[in-house]
Amino acid sequence: MKNPLESVAGTIISGLILTVVLVFFLKNFLA
Amino acid sequence: MEALMPGIARWLHVIFGITWIGLLYYFNLVQMAALKDAGADGTAAGITKHVAPRALFYFRWAAVGTWLAGAWLLGAGFVDAFLLRNGMEGIGIGAWLGTIMLINVWHFIWPNQKKILGMVPATDEVKAKARRVAMLASRTNMMLSIPMLFFMANGLSHRAALGL
Repeated sequence: MKNPLESVAGTIISGLILTVVLVFFLKNFLA
Repeated sequence: MEALMPGIARWLHVIFGITWIGLLYYFNLVQMAALKDAGADGTAAGITKHVAPRALFYFRWAAVGTWLAGAWLLGAGFVDAFLLRNGMEGIGIGAWLGTIMLINVWHFIWPNQKKILGMVPATDEVKAKARRVAMLASRTNMMLSIPMLFFMANGLSHRAALGL
């Protein structure tokens, strides 16, 4: 599989996915 | 005067932050693609000699300024933010992401850029490896900036807006 960070689009999509994962983590395991 | 301090810290945090992340986006959205095209027509030196060193100077020191102003702004909440507790969980995630990005700038991007731009001696093989590491470190920071900005904007003063 191609590294998503090779492209700008892949980088932005990875950042958006990471945002959702971290919000889920915050709401379910921290706050 | 003491009452003004958090406002001044926030103001500086935003000014330094815009400079840092603005240049990060410039590198990723403009310079990387421009260097590829400029390399093909032999005009890359204009960027590597005159633009990149100046951009990197403001980039790496703005990163330090952003972190220091952020730490000042957190004040007494600094430890709670980094330990993700006592209502500082959201801003703490933002602070951790920003800290990882600062380390990335000084430990991976800047040392490798010095090799690429000829500021330190490096063979062509070392330069090729440095180019790859610097590119991936820069892209990693661009990726991390997306959740970092989300938690900076919504993690503390406006957390109720999204129920964080």
